[in-house]
Amino acid sequence: MSKMEIRLAGTGGQGLITGTIVLAEAGIIEGKFVAQSQSYGPEARGGMAKGEVIISDEKIGFTKVTKPTFVMALSQLSFEKYCYGLDEKCFVLVDDTIQVPADYDHKKFMKLPIIATAREKVGKMQTVNIVSVGAINKILKICDEESLKKAVLQRIPKGTEELNLKALSEGAALVK
Amino acid sequence: MGKVKLMQGNEACVEGALYAGCRFYAGYPITPSTEIAEGCAVRLPQVGGHFIQMEDEIASCAAAIGASAAGVKSMTATSGPGFSLKQENLGYACLTEIPFVLVDVPRAGPSTGLPTSPSQGDVMQAKWGTHGDHPMIAIAPSTVEECFKLCVRCFNLSEKYRTPVIFLMDEIVGHLREGIEIPEEGELEIVNRAIPEDPAHAKKPYATKEGSTVPVMAPFGAGERYNITGLIHADDGFPTNSTEIADKQVRRLLAKIDDNLDDILSWEETSMDDAEVCVVCFGGTARSVQSAVETLRAEGVKVGMFRPITVWPFPAKKMREIAGKVKKIIVAEHNDGQMLLEVQRVTGLYDKIGFVGKVNGTVITPDEIVKAVKEG
Repeated sequence: MSKMEIRLAGTGGQGLITGTIVLAEAGIIEGKFVAQSQSYGPEARGGMAKGEVIISDEKIGFTKVTKPTFVMALSQLSFEKYCYGLDEKCFVLVDDTIQVPADYDHKKFMKLPIIATAREKVGKMQTVNIVSVGAINKILKICDEESLKKAVLQRIPKGTEELNLKALSEGAALVK
Repeated sequence: MGKVKLMQGNEACVEGALYAGCRFYAGYPITPSTEIAEGCAVRLPQVGGHFIQMEDEIASCAAAIGASAAGVKSMTATSGPGFSLKQENLGYACLTEIPFVLVDVPRAGPSTGLPTSPSQGDVMQAKWGTHGDHPMIAIAPSTVEECFKLCVRCFNLSEKYRTPVIFLMDEIVGHLREGIEIPEEGELEIVNRAIPEDPAHAKKPYATKEGSTVPVMAPFGAGERYNITGLIHADDGFPTNSTEIADKQVRRLLAKIDDNLDDILSWEETSMDDAEVCVVCFGGTARSVQSAVETLRAEGVKVGMFRPITVWPFPAKKMREIAGKVKKIIVAEHNDGQMLLEVQRVTGLYDKIGFVGKVNGTVITPDEIVKAVKEG
């Protein structure tokens, strides 16, 4: 059975909850069972925020991530909170602005300029979540490119389609 | 699986309400139920219904009851703090026999507590929050699909028995997004309240037919004038001090539920056939328990789950039957032991019942259930 337990963590306002919703849509398109949830709260603006999604071949009982298979951190605090003590098979993706200590020894680890790509290449910081989704799908191969585009278009505000599709392809291009 | 849609529990509740025929919502938004108000504001006008954001929870409950008195299926939604405020009018709807659905998505703690955290602390308030002896039905969903289907059932029971029904959700299912296949039109049964054959000339709104406990009332304003009051009233709706009528009326209200348990009660049993340990839970907690049962069964532990779907009325007979078969009962809920009290009461087993409860706003994990079962 394949079961992905994905956690996206960062700063409130980065749109990471929407990011997990898009990944859940991708799972639905692929005919999988999904469970998406988030931490809500005052962190909605500026504090720490977290979104989670489980994508599975089988019906999902417990809806929260317990043994992450993929973690992304887009802020220093979220790196420190969520990127330690993980199973060695868990894939860790962090933004390249994060100070990773020299003794951090998690093997499946990748650093990408996600925030810089949103700001400079796409030209809009708000697309950082969709840049992330593009990179994540390239790594996890949840669905094909066309399905992912469909998933993104279902969950973004009208009028931002072009911008977000650009963000998606720039994100995917980060993963070689 | 082409028709599967990704939907949040609160959104599914809105769609379920519309499917059931709800065409009026009055509310005062509050986390973690806000998406229900937002969804109704968008969706009701699309189907010819109405949405009102009222000045507070008291008024929104009153507005929902008023719309229903006029014959329109109505709903309001809130969280714990608003649930407290709606209690007065909830009792009014019980006595005046005006059907409506009150959704409660509780938050942790008393007062304004932890607004965004899961809790199931309103179990006893659902039954006893409004004063006096009164009938109460409260239904708890544990999946997004149930947020839809059981919302339909809430409306059906409310209409059938002319009584308010509480849809007792929780943040776990309310804010969860998962796949749901929306039922086609006609796939689920829809119950509409009985109305008199000739509403314009109907007399005595509160009179019941021989063998029935539910009055057949004309929509208010549809024809003959009648009175609606929260005072004990005679069949014509006007107040009375008659002790005989008071006795008859209160007992009839209670009998609407008590005499129809076979129709109203529902529950889920998982892996209970040969179970030696039974974990009792409801709502979103069932998701933790299901995972724990799977883990334990894989290790050969004979454990099962009993989930009352109707939290009120509580499935007492079934619970006693289970208590007679298993060696151990453990209650798991996101409060300090409210359903536990009911399980203890109906089984007569007091300190023999194990308990896993949380009040800190975090979710009970499957591991915590596994540990409780293993420790016996």
